[in-house]
Amino acid sequence: MTPPRSGSSGSPLGEPEGSSPRFPAAAGAGVVPEQAGLTGLAELSGLSGLLALSARGDETAFAQLYDETSARAYGLAVRVVRNPSLAEEVTQEAFLEIWRTASRYDPARGSALSWLLTIVHRKAVDRVRSVEASTRRDTNYQRTNHAVEHDSTAEAAQASMEARRVRAALDSLTEVQRQALELAYFKGYTHSEVATMLDLPLGTAKTRIRDGLIRLRDTLGVG
Amino acid sequence: MNESLHALSGAYVVDAVDEHEREAFEQHLVDCADCQAEVDSLREAAALMADHAATEPPADLRAAVLAGVATIRPLPPEVVRPSAPAPPSRSAEVVQLRPRRAAFTRMLVAAAAVAAVATGAVWQPWHDNTSSSNLTAADRVLTAADARSVSIGFEDGSSAQVVRSVKLHRAVLVTRGMASPPRGKAFELWLRDASGAMSPAGLMTTGGDHKFLLQGDAGRATQVGITVEPAGGSSQPTTKPIAMLDLTRGSA
Repeated sequence: MTPPRSGSSGSPLGEPEGSSPRFPAAAGAGVVPEQAGLTGLAELSGLSGLLALSARGDETAFAQLYDETSARAYGLAVRVVRNPSLAEEVTQEAFLEIWRTASRYDPARGSALSWLLTIVHRKAVDRVRSVEASTRRDTNYQRTNHAVEHDSTAEAAQASMEARRVRAALDSLTEVQRQALELAYFKGYTHSEVATMLDLPLGTAKTRIRDGLIRLRDTLGVG
Repeated sequence: MNESLHALSGAYVVDAVDEHEREAFEQHLVDCADCQAEVDSLREAAALMADHAATEPPADLRAAVLAGVATIRPLPPEVVRPSAPAPPSRSAEVVQLRPRRAAFTRMLVAAAAVAAVATGAVWQPWHDNTSSSNLTAADRVLTAADARSVSIGFEDGSSAQVVRSVKLHRAVLVTRGMASPPRGKAFELWLRDASGAMSPAGLMTTGGDHKFLLQGDAGRATQVGITVEPAGGSSQPTTKPIAMLDLTRGSA
């Protein structure tokens, strides 16, 4: 079903004919001359390429991007907000934002996946904090619904070698680095809250989080 | 390099900062290439942690996302103007999480660039209002010699104020104690012109206290409206405005 993405397909930008509007404002600005745009796209591959096509209004490319990233996006949202229906909303909002702002992604600055997950994570954390006033987590729901309990995500993760590698890297951190990082990333706590929870002097949790991320980055050889 | 701010890079990457820290750090990022590079690289590490959590979303989410997408116009690329080029390290404007200060400065320099201005604030623009000089874009409006303001109070004690500078063609919405929008919704701001046409001027996805630089040319607007819209925003208001502020009645 996926149309070819190369410039040789019938539609030069890989856009299905007539399914998505052209954007005269973008084209008229002369920022991305047609030729340069094609060259650029040809060089891009995978998620970056799909994002670049999405920026031009290619809904088919975006659907493919969704298919390739939604499990990670949704899984992250679930980990942070816990409540599956809230997580669904967060994921939806994030993907709409990703579609809207795809033109802001710059491959020179990092991978498409990390750009996209940054948006998801921010949305999830914002959501958790905005509903925090009443209850930090939807604990009632959690008690009656075990669909997203840790075991099922862990099970899903088993399937992925990459996930095992990440798990191993996480295990190589000091206990306090790992806990600080997980409380922040997966549970959406601020570094000050993390310091209190781990009984660390105020101001040191942020250092643990940074040290942990740096070690993770270096162990996994990314960035 | 500011050591205490620099140490915040990891917490910033995993969103473990409060609003004030986020703002301070983003301001710091504009001038600290080291921190920016570190943030970029640590984001890659953080993204890998998400691998561990991968979970298939409910099947109907896909249809909902794609239906939403069909109604939203993707932003055009940022325009780099030859007359006022951005420094190379800033031209990227990648991640909308990144402050858009350089862009705003550029836009202010090229004040006529209304089209570019319209592409401005996207992601929680209230974090993006700062310019790389001392004054934020929002503050420039707030302190402009020709600034005029109009306010409205809500029953719950919250308030909204719009300050507009005709000369700068910009308007800023200042909120105090605003309630959060309902789940799955956002506050959308509108500029209404004399003909009654409403143009989208930005989305606010959280309540609280914000200084929000409205997108678009506010120079000729007669009113600023606020409506509740689906999270991704609408191209025209779909609900009755919760507020309409009449700019023609503004006071100095």
